[in-house]
Parts: sequence; structure tokens; C-alpha cells
Amino acid sequence: MSKLKQLEAFREEIEQCVKCGACRAHCPVFAAEKYEGRVARGKVALAQSLLAGEVDLEEKVLEDMSQCLLCGSCKAQCPNKVPTDEIVAAVRRRIAEQKGLSSFGKGIAAVLGRPKLMNALAKTGGAFSALLFKKLPKDSGLRLRFPAPYLEADRTLPPITARPFRERVPEVIPGQAGQPTVAFFTGCGINYMYPAVGEAFLQALKFLGVTVVIPKDQACCGLPAVSAGAAGTVEKLAAQNLAALTRHKVDYVVTACASCNAGIGKVYGDLGEEYRQLGAKTRDIFVFLVEQGLPGKLAALPKAARRTRVTYHDPCHLRTQGITKEPRAILKALPQVEFVEMAAAGTCCGLGGTYSVYHYETSKQIGAKKAASIAESGAELVATDCPGCIMQLQDSINHAGGGQRAVHILELLAEALPE
Amino acid sequence: MLTLAIVKKLETIVGAKNVYTGKSDLILYSYDATQQKFLPEVVVRPASTAEIARVMQLANAEMIPVFPRGAGSGFTGGSLPTKGGIVLTTERMDRILEIDEENLIATVEPGVVTEQFQLAVEKVGLFYPPDPASLKFSTLGGNVAECAGGPRCVKYGVTKDYILGLEVVTPTGDVITTGGPTMKGVVGYDLTKLMCGSEGTLGIITKIVIKLLPLPEAKKTMLVLFDSIDGAAQAVSAIIRGKIIPTTLEFMDGRTIDCVRQATGLQVPESARAVLIIEVDGDREFLDKQAEKIAGIIRPLGVVETRIAETPAESEALWQIRRSVSASLRKVNPDKFNEDICVPRSKVPEMIRKIDAIAERHGIPIVNFGHAGDGNIHVNIMIDKKVPGELEKAEQAIEEVFKGALELGGTMSGEHGVGIAKAPYIPLEITPQAAAYMKTIKRALDPNNILNPGKIFLED
Repeated sequence: MSKLKQLEAFREEIEQCVKCGACRAHCPVFAAEKYEGRVARGKVALAQSLLAGEVDLEEKVLEDMSQCLLCGSCKAQCPNKVPTDEIVAAVRRRIAEQKGLSSFGKGIAAVLGRPKLMNALAKTGGAFSALLFKKLPKDSGLRLRFPAPYLEADRTLPPITARPFRERVPEVIPGQAGQPTVAFFTGCGINYMYPAVGEAFLQALKFLGVTVVIPKDQACCGLPAVSAGAAGTVEKLAAQNLAALTRHKVDYVVTACASCNAGIGKVYGDLGEEYRQLGAKTRDIFVFLVEQGLPGKLAALPKAARRTRVTYHDPCHLRTQGITKEPRAILKALPQVEFVEMAAAGTCCGLGGTYSVYHYETSKQIGAKKAASIAESGAELVATDCPGCIMQLQDSINHAGGGQRAVHILELLAEALPE
Repeated sequence: MLTLAIVKKLETIVGAKNVYTGKSDLILYSYDATQQKFLPEVVVRPASTAEIARVMQLANAEMIPVFPRGAGSGFTGGSLPTKGGIVLTTERMDRILEIDEENLIATVEPGVVTEQFQLAVEKVGLFYPPDPASLKFSTLGGNVAECAGGPRCVKYGVTKDYILGLEVVTPTGDVITTGGPTMKGVVGYDLTKLMCGSEGTLGIITKIVIKLLPLPEAKKTMLVLFDSIDGAAQAVSAIIRGKIIPTTLEFMDGRTIDCVRQATGLQVPESARAVLIIEVDGDREFLDKQAEKIAGIIRPLGVVETRIAETPAESEALWQIRRSVSASLRKVNPDKFNEDICVPRSKVPEMIRKIDAIAERHGIPIVNFGHAGDGNIHVNIMIDKKVPGELEKAEQAIEEVFKGALELGGTMSGEHGVGIAKAPYIPLEITPQAAAYMKTIKRALDPNNILNPGKIFLED
């Protein structure tokens, strides 16, 4: 039996839902589909009925439970703070237990659970990328030449690196005496698709004199497995990451991916005290940089003559933890950036991890709203703090025909820092 | 009785993918904010007036009850399928058809969410004042059917004051229009007003013609703490006697302040036993003067402290106090009965005293807040249903609260409607003759009693 919370353990939280309907105003999926099964109130009602034995895990219930981005917007706005995202994840685990994983879920569990296989696949992908992908103009990604399982041909993807980030760097990069030591949890997005973000991370921490440890044996944080309901894989990855991240003595574990931050910082909490200690040490990169006084140091840099208009997209996994000020503080302090706020910066981009694989059409509809907000803001770049969001934002912008580029704030920070 | 053949016919009308008969789908359309649950036999999601008309013709011929539904956010069970049958939801009819800036009129479909509509008209400098607490998710169709109110009603009136005309599908499946896009119109009976607040028992609203106002240039928000509910109530009367009609005059009683203080750490002196949130709107230069005048009028009435917001962010912070009330109440007890009585403005303190006495007599906490400007009090009876006897006490208290309001010349619902929750108490307020008159209208328009049966009146 998994140590992750079972549906029964949420009985009290489920009873807290008074069916007021407030969640209807905040669910990106409901906004696209206008159907009660898509919204938190409906999902909680179904979870309640499952517990009461009024419905089984029939096809329609599976469909409704799959229609959730796990973005947590409903919980943030719920008068009674009913944790629908956690309830849906618990139902998905029950579905996986009773019905088995979906074929895509099986794929996720198989690949994520074996980092060596992931490396091999990435290298293959990287080597054949010219054959498999066609390049889009303006460095805005690649598009598949042929349809592939679970990936539509009209979707933009970042190139897969032939040499994963963690293979390029030593395990320990010493900093200055008196400065903290941090473990860098790179996550899959940075390791395989956005190694430049990893390089930028190192540059920023070098600027501050921080010692960085990049454990080679770290694995995926497990969030895609949470989303697929693959409890066993989550626990296996958690154990591997706990071992990798506690092998060195570090002051903090720092992430540059919102999802990874939630993964190792929050989701593991149910698994035991040592995982909670890991969570307590975990920091988002911008929270860490603000704590280390970086905005003040950036203010001392000369302002650029021409500044780029940049807006910010809040990744759900940071927004729902209340981390919204720090990424903006860094962006606003950058000498080459003119920060503009966009409308609905805090709504989900529509990726939702595995959600966009199962429900790409709805995911695109949600992304289209985001692309419109970015365009309305007049920004040339949309910066964020999550590789998954970068991928989705760029895809949405490309579909909308906008010329903007999606980047990680760290890339802009690296540009501003002296070599 | 709903047969497979009828389901097939419904599928022909609205398309197979908009007809649901699976258990899980029926559960999804079985509830509203009353927390009661009634399973329908089928859910249909039409996309046009013509489809609704055909559904009603079929339902009327086959004698199947139809329960129209907006967002399902009502507090009195108005949209619950109490007799099975068909839940007909207008979720898919969510287009703003026209905003006519020249005539200050808009035409919308019933499924448009109230706040979305407000934002759309505000973009072009226009204003739709009705603002029920559920405005972020409730639909305009539902607002018209229940005649929704909100804090701004004291100055601007309720939903029905902004409805110029409607398109309605009758219980027998005809399509009629009432009123129209003119500011005046006295030809025939005023069916528009009849439909507003009829709780979906006389027809299904399929289009709404809405009157708009110019958007006020600015607003100013003040939070005033009083040492007694009497001071706050006298302040309301004094302001209005002073010929000032604020946009909102919201009040919270001492018990509400205690809840909010406990839940949010709100910094309010212990001596504050009532709060008024007063907002005025209009031309910017005129607001300071008006706020000053109000402060002068209320100063002698036991004011403990006055906070005036200087920026929109400060104004938002004051409103946040009011908005945190609902969630903070759960700290008192897990279950809440939210009644929305309305009394003449001047009778608010007397009503609060009556409610306090009822609370004491039954030994259950009752927390009051609401729209003092129009005498609309939200009476929240807080109990724990799991404790034996509490539910009965609450029911007893509710009846006494209603009787108390009626004794003061009030009504048992200012804005939530009757639905099923208040149907048993109708004889307290409406005379048998008036009830018979209303039932005659219902019988004439819906001879087979298929449209939202069992609502407003208990069935004989």
C-alpha cells in the first residue's frame, strides 16, 4: 500500500465542499468546456459519490478525473480551501490501482523510473533531431515532421540536447568561503531540453560565490507520475532523490522549475519525516536569490540603453505556494529589462503535465488565452520559472502567430551578469 | 416516466453529446449551494432557443418535469430536480450578443456569467450595477430568474430594475418576447417583471435585454467602527435622511467582527460592536466632499474609528474584510443556514435584537451581516448537524426569525428567493388569496405543471 494519502483520508476535506460554485470562476478547464464534470465542485461531488459507493470507476468518471490540470487555482479561491488537486490525484491513484495505469501512464512510469533509459532516449532524440523535427523561425522551437504517439504534429517542442546538462558539469562547483552550499535539483526539463537554463543557474550562483552540488544520481521529481496516478513510481523516485540530495551536506536544495519545487518540496511530505526535512530545505531559485540579496546587487549594475519589454507568467506550482513576488523582484531589477504585468498572469498556461498529452485540444484553447494576454501586454518576451510552462507558452504563441519568445528568467539574469 | 424513446428524441433535438443519462453525470447536476441532492433522470445542454422550445414541447407532451439551471449556485434549491425528470442547463448559451453604446443597452444569452458581462460593458465605459456575492460564477439567466441583489442595490436597485425585455420559452414550448429595447413601454401586462424572480416556474429565459448606466468615474470606500449596532443603524438612517444615497451600506454585527478577527487577525478594537462599510461613487472631485459630509453626520453616533481608503488597493483591503466573513463563520460551527430577510431600514437594530434573543433562547450562535442600506440582513444560523437536536433547534429558530421579520413589516427573502427551502413558510407571508392568485397564473401558463414543479409553493 502506498504511503501517499488514500482517497478515504480526504473524507473530511471532501465534506468541507459546500457546493457554492465559486470554483467555476477559477478553473481554466471549465472556462474552456463549460461542463460541471470539468470543475472542482463536480470532481469533489464525484469523489464523495465514490466514497459513498454510489458510483464506480466508470468510463465517465475516469474522463472527468482526467480533465484536471492539478493547477490548484480552485483551492486557492475556495472559501473552505478544499484541496481538489490532492483529491483528484488520490482518485487517479485509486484508478491506477484498480484499473491499472493507462498506456501513457505506463510509459511515464517505465521511463521516469529509469534515468539511464531516459539518458539513452534523450541522446537518440538529440542525434536524430534534424530528421525528426523541422525548425521553426526565430528560435521558437521545433515541430515534428511526422505524427508520433501522444504528440501532435502541430505542437512546438524544444530541441532535445544530445548531451544532458548533468553530464556536462562536475558534481561539485566550489564557491567562496562563508557562502552557503546548495544542491541543484535540475529536473528533467533543464537536464534534457533547456541546458542553457542550467548554465545560467550556475552563473548566477557563481556571481554570489555559492558552492553548488549537482548530484549525478538525482532522478525526475515524480510529478508526472503523480499526475498519472503511478504511486509506486512516485515513491521510488522520491527515495532515489532523497538519497542523492542528502549524500552531500548542503544548506539548501534549490530548484529552477516550479513543478520540481512542488514535487520535492511538497508532494513527498506524506512519505515521512526525512522527506519533510528535505522539503523544508527546498527553495525556488528566485526565493533563494532574493534571500541572498541579489536584487540589491543587480541595482548596482548600469542600466542598459535599450531595454527589452518582458512580462511574467506565474507557474501554478509556485503561485499556489504564494511565490509570486520573488521572480518579479529579480525581473524588475534586471538592467536590460522593462517589466510589464500582463492580464491573468496567474492563470494556468494549460500544460498541466500529462494533461496536455491527453487533452491537447483543450490545452491549446487554454494556452490561446495566455498567448492573447502576452500579446496585449506588448511584451517581446514572456519569462517564467518552469521549463514546462516555457514549452507550453512557446507552443501557444506559435499557434497564435505571435512573435514573442518564452524564456526562463535565469536566461535573462545570465545575460545581465558579468562573465 | 422517461423512456429510452424520449431520450432518443432529446438526442435528436440537442445532439447526442449534449444528453446525459449516466449515473455520474446525473450526480453532477443534482446539487446547488443548499447542499441538498436530487438526481435527475436526464441532463440536456441545449445551445439555442429553438432547441429549448422543442425540449419543452416534448416534455409537455410526455408530461416530464423540466428543471432549468444556470450555474447551480442558488441558496434555496430553485434549480434542484426535486422530481427527477430533465435538468435543462443553459451553460452553453453564454454569448454577449450586443452592447449598444448609443442606446446604453445590451442583449445577452442566459448563460453569461455576471462578472464577465460587467467587465465587458465597463471596457466601453458602461455599468451594470447588480452585484450578487456570486457574481464571479452565477449567470445572468439565474440572476433574472431569482431577481438577484447585492451590496450596490441601496443606490441602484436589483436585477429587475435593469431588465428591459426578455425572450422566453413558455412551459408549453412557445417562444415569446416581453418588453424590448426601449426605456418606456406600457403595452399589455408587464410580463418582464412577472418573469423576474419567478424562479424558473413560468418560463425559461433565453435572451435578456439589459439597461446599462454610464460607469461612475470613481468610488470612495470608508470603514466605520461603532460601539453598538444601534449606532450603526442610526447612522444608516441619518445618512439617508441627509439626502445621500451611498452605493453600498454594508454592516457586520459584533459576532461577525469576532469571527473575522479570530480567522484573519483583523486589527479592530474590542469596543467595536458593529461595522459599516460605506461606499460612494460618482465624479472624483465630488467624492471627498461626500465622504466628509457622511463622516460629519455619523460622528455623534458612537463612532469608535473611521478608516477611509485613499487608493483602490486600500479600498480592496476594506472589502476583503467583508468578503472574509463567509469563510470565517465556519470557525463557529461547521454547518450554516443562511437566511436573507429584509426589513424596513429603520427596523434593522430591532431585528438584530430579536435575532439575538432567538439565538439565546435556543442556545445556538446566530451571526448577522448584510446590506443595511436596504434592510437586507443575512442571518447565519451556525450549528453542527452531527449534534443531536441542533437541526431541530435551527429550524425552530429560522421560523422565529421569519416571523420576527414579518412582524416588523419585512419579508423572509430579500434576494435568495423561495425555492424549496422557504416554500413551507410561504403562508406566513402571503395571504391565501394572494397565493391562490399566483397559483392561478402558474396553472394557466403551465397546465401540466411540468416547469420547475414544487418550487415556491408546496404542492397540494
